[in-house]
Amino acid sequence: MRLIAENLGGERGGETVFSNIGFALDKGEALVVTGPNGAGKSTLLRIVAGLLPVAEGKVRFEGGGEASRTVASASHYLGHLNAMKTALSVEENLGFWRAFQGEPALSVEEALETVALGGLGHLPFGYLSTGQRRRASIAKLLVSRRPVWLLDEPTAGLDKASEERFAGLMRGHLDDGGIVVAATHLPLGLEGAKELQMGVGH
Amino acid sequence: MWSLFLRDIRLSIRAGGGALIGVIFFLAVIVTIPFGVGPDLNLLARIGPAILWVAALLACLLGLDRLLQADREDGSLDLLVLNGDRHMLALTVLTKCLAHWTGSVLPLVVAAPLLGLFMNMQPLGIGATTLTLLVGTPAITFIGAAGAAVAVALPRGGLLISVLVLPLTIPVLIFGVSASYGAVADPAPFLQPFLILAALTLFLAVLGPLAAALALRHGTD
Repeated sequence: MRLIAENLGGERGGETVFSNIGFALDKGEALVVTGPNGAGKSTLLRIVAGLLPVAEGKVRFEGGGEASRTVASASHYLGHLNAMKTALSVEENLGFWRAFQGEPALSVEEALETVALGGLGHLPFGYLSTGQRRRASIAKLLVSRRPVWLLDEPTAGLDKASEERFAGLMRGHLDDGGIVVAATHLPLGLEGAKELQMGVGH
Repeated sequence: MWSLFLRDIRLSIRAGGGALIGVIFFLAVIVTIPFGVGPDLNLLARIGPAILWVAALLACLLGLDRLLQADREDGSLDLLVLNGDRHMLALTVLTKCLAHWTGSVLPLVVAAPLLGLFMNMQPLGIGATTLTLLVGTPAITFIGAAGAAVAVALPRGGLLISVLVLPLTIPVLIFGVSASYGAVADPAPFLQPFLILAALTLFLAVLGPLAAALALRHGTD
């Protein structure tokens, strides 16, 4: 299992944000993408996920088996937005993503326990605080199985204890043979992760 | 897919879902027509099917902007697109359309017989109009999905969607109304326009979601 990006270039609104970015990740490896605001960290992640068109170069995913032939089908994408409905309860939200994304892993209760939101599942998502919303969104990574986690500022809004718990979750995912690509400017507590320093914005 | 359908139905009946806004708009239009047209019962009965259809069409357009935009605003749309290999995006859009239709448009169809009484329509005319609305309104939702996908990135895309979609819904309106008239006015046929209406719905059930999926794939940013 291998996630490879070659000579990747990205553009936003017709303007080149970055070019010539390359990396190769084997299973169990993590890549931390750092750089100042506007360097194109989020754009890179969205291009890798296939949510933005590739301006140049290519991204591919090898050895994922039948279910995950493309990067998109092998990936969880955790963006700035939580992808949860405020009118539905946390359980309903997670239950929906678990059923829709397929390949169920943890049950909704177990996932909520893991992010320390046990007992709050019946609340509407809109009632949660910013940090709790982020944790519920992280629980979304746990309810269905994907080898690649693409994380965009995953710890934004989390407190110290939750950050450490999330670092533990990422390590667990890597130990299971997963791949993590995280864009951040906060230390994530991943030892031995590769680092990709993106250039200064234009 | 079933889970997506259930989620969207739930969202439409929860607070802020706006399922009833269309019905209230429909009611408001129909109730004001007799005041505007005057108490000529024969005239009301004659224009009844057309008024019901036009009001239902406008009420359908009213909720279309939330069809995809709500999902875009909270990031769900990214994940729906990302899962495009497991669930074909066009089928995802089709499911969302069906849920939207069940949640926001089906209440219009249910309310139509009652509102037909306001227009002094005969039971046969009311039945025929309700039946044509039942068969024809899904087509409006399917075309609307394509419009909603094109305008999904625009902050106030609601009016733009209506303007984009309205010309394309005209054939649905024409055949819906002519089938409704065919049931009551004797020389005019009912079955032929009704079958064309059903064909339009089936045709657009394929074309609308496909076009919407294409627009969504190329419109993400």
